[in-house]
Amino acid sequence: MSKEHKSVNLRKITESKLFFPLLTLAIILLMDLIIIPNFFAIQVRDGNLYGSLIDILRNASPVMILAIGMTLVIATGGVDLSVGAVMAIAASVAAIMMNPVIIGLELPPDLMKFINDPYFTYSPLWQVITVTLIVTTICGLWNGLLVAYIRIQPMVATLILMIAGRGIAQLITNGVRIQIFYEPYAFLGQGWIILPFSLYLVAILYTTTWLFTRRTAIGLFIESVGINFRSSFYSGINEKRIKMLVYAFSGFCAGLAGLVASSNIKTSDAHNIGIGLELDAILAVIIGGTLMSGGRFSLLASLIGAVVIQAITTSMYAVGVPAFALQAIKGVFVIIMILLYSEQARNFVRKLSAPKGA
Amino acid sequence: MTETNSDTLLISMQGISKVFPGVQALTNVDFSLKYGEIHALMGGNGAGKSTLIKVLTGVEHPDSGHIFLAGKEVHVRSPQHAQSLGISTVYQEVNLCPNLTVAENILIGRAPMRLGSIDWKKLNAQAQEIMNRVLGMEIDVTVMLGSYSVAIQQMVAIVRALEIGNAKVLILDEPTSSLSRRETEQLFEVMRRLKSEGVGIIFITHFLDQVYEITDRITIIRNGGLVGTFETASMTRLELITKMIGKTIIELEDLSRIKANISKHISGDLVLETQDLGQSGQVEPISLTLHAGEVLGLAGLVGAGRTETVGLIFGLETPDSGEMSVAGKKVRHFSPLDSIKRGLALLPEDRKAAGIVDELTVRENIVLALQAGQGWFKYINLAKQYEIAEKYMKLLEIATPSADQQVKNLSGGNQQKVILARWLATNPRVLILDEPTRGIDVGTKAEIQKLVLLLADEGKACIFISSELEEVLRTSHRIAVMSDHRKIAEFSGDTSEHEIMRVMAGE
Repeated sequence: MSKEHKSVNLRKITESKLFFPLLTLAIILLMDLIIIPNFFAIQVRDGNLYGSLIDILRNASPVMILAIGMTLVIATGGVDLSVGAVMAIAASVAAIMMNPVIIGLELPPDLMKFINDPYFTYSPLWQVITVTLIVTTICGLWNGLLVAYIRIQPMVATLILMIAGRGIAQLITNGVRIQIFYEPYAFLGQGWIILPFSLYLVAILYTTTWLFTRRTAIGLFIESVGINFRSSFYSGINEKRIKMLVYAFSGFCAGLAGLVASSNIKTSDAHNIGIGLELDAILAVIIGGTLMSGGRFSLLASLIGAVVIQAITTSMYAVGVPAFALQAIKGVFVIIMILLYSEQARNFVRKLSAPKGA
Repeated sequence: MTETNSDTLLISMQGISKVFPGVQALTNVDFSLKYGEIHALMGGNGAGKSTLIKVLTGVEHPDSGHIFLAGKEVHVRSPQHAQSLGISTVYQEVNLCPNLTVAENILIGRAPMRLGSIDWKKLNAQAQEIMNRVLGMEIDVTVMLGSYSVAIQQMVAIVRALEIGNAKVLILDEPTSSLSRRETEQLFEVMRRLKSEGVGIIFITHFLDQVYEITDRITIIRNGGLVGTFETASMTRLELITKMIGKTIIELEDLSRIKANISKHISGDLVLETQDLGQSGQVEPISLTLHAGEVLGLAGLVGAGRTETVGLIFGLETPDSGEMSVAGKKVRHFSPLDSIKRGLALLPEDRKAAGIVDELTVRENIVLALQAGQGWFKYINLAKQYEIAEKYMKLLEIATPSADQQVKNLSGGNQQKVILARWLATNPRVLILDEPTRGIDVGTKAEIQKLVLLLADEGKACIFISSELEEVLRTSHRIAVMSDHRKIAEFSGDTSEHEIMRVMAGE
């Protein structure tokens, strides 16, 4: 009896959406444990925690933030390629609001002398954050408009902003890369309250998004639209509005990720901020087990997916793989993971965990 | 060659069993098919017919049992493998590419080549020749398949199955459910010809008339177990039905009595009224009235515009002429959501494409429309969702292991019941049922007809669409006949089949 009970539990675990992402993460960390002696060491300095594991989480936070928005987009059967470029827009908007002098805006003379003061900002921080997020949400609405109302395929529709976005970001700052001196802003990406501050942002975003999708009907509608939009339409679900919502939300997330990323490097670098991160975010969602064709999604699994990607990167650096070879190694990992996700591999695991003699 | 020897068996399946998670789909089932035989496979929804066919065609692998093809044991690995063995299938839902031409669909994978690319001229000519030879039909094979009616698409699917596998065994899974009488005759002609050539045909259908018209033997399956194999000629209809559903069906007289009772107290309340409601190219202006407690039948041939008409009423499209009022209020905004809010419900004709959301669970499918009507934020909590789902699972006798089963694992009839439950859960004023009994076994058919009458008795108004006149007559208090996208006549429910057919024929 007890044996049967145990195997049923095992089955429940392997059927869970979190199983494969966690398994992948465990395998990577296990390799780190063997290869790199001090990998799991965590130091305490000034009451804050530091170490490779913490670094992985901190460096993963922009992708985690993106992955939350991307999960909902992919669940509707779409994709958002523009998030990396929208991050650059966010960085430019934030920088220009804190330091507008660079585009020739005349400041009152008494403010000019403060311009290099690390506690000076032209607009207060809350305004900077709010306006940035509103701008990027509008970017998302634009994507939603193209996808839901003009019926352009999501990949093409978001490609437009992906290409144009970095240009827009440069236009905002007049083509200049703006240094950000304002210290409180740096706290977003570099601050520490026991754990890195950006992780709290991820936690808050995750929790609100979870409540927003699973304690309202929105999660069900997103999945329904992703599986069969015609049946959903016949059942009275406003599929267009759901799509507007998820793309707008993805824009919002990209804005937040852009704030964190620019705070990390203290500049608005329209060329480099968020470059290639749209693909990392998509990969994180795939590792999390959400199908590109849409349907069932798990936010937590996508977060783990983002950590997996960062764990690979950090581990490779730690063992001394040069930066230029990193993409190739990443590719190998992706292939292994995709194989692990195949129906055959799943059946194999299912057989292992199936009750004996059934 | 022993192939023409009809004494040996073409197919023999012995002791087939198959378990799905939570369901014993087949238990020790035997089945055999002779050369040159048309063999009906019958059973209620979820009886295991589809699973048996899937085992034979390699879609599913049996947990135990043996399959012999022409005396030799075979292990069918995949549908492709089955096809190479000469076992071809035409499924209930057309499995072709609607965005390719008819010719491409027939010859895809075997297209004639010239200089390393497809020889389109030859391809089209070949396809045309095949269509003419097999079906005797003149259709333009260079047109997208999707632009033809489901009936034609079905024919193309059959032609493809015959041509590609050089089939010795042809499996027809509900091929006639969307064919007109004439098209069915055409199909039967083809079947008879194949039969005379020694091809064995497994024919799955819910139409008893057709079983008696064309089949030699009948195998009946119930609840995943074999009931028996019988000579068609030696079996009465009553015996057949009783064996299929294992209990006596609701007597038809019973239905007409219920109907008579209800029609006595149809109230005068006008629930729905359309005045010259139309959409150019789709529906000619149509005027209909519907009272509380009344069932209005929409009769007409496939393509007569019945589906388009109810689509307009339900707000799938916006009309460009006329007006409509529900419960005395003029309708301004046309959309499914607005319709739900004003108490309309539509059970669509195309169950797979517009009805079920197959990866969602039974529970989620049932609450979908109710939740949509309540909006994003008035969330129906899980406990309440289960309560609603369980209630309708019991009421409609939906056969599912649990409310958490994915709808795609249910049989067609049970999927239909889930969608019906979805709409009943919204407690609608007007229930529109578009071909609700298509592809559904006799027992469930009668259940649904009875349910429609009982709902009317509760004061709901129903619009009932069916291609089976008999069924429309049995359930409706009034019947509107449509042809060429317009209403051509209206009868009271006690008219005769003959009368309606005369109008449909334009006499």
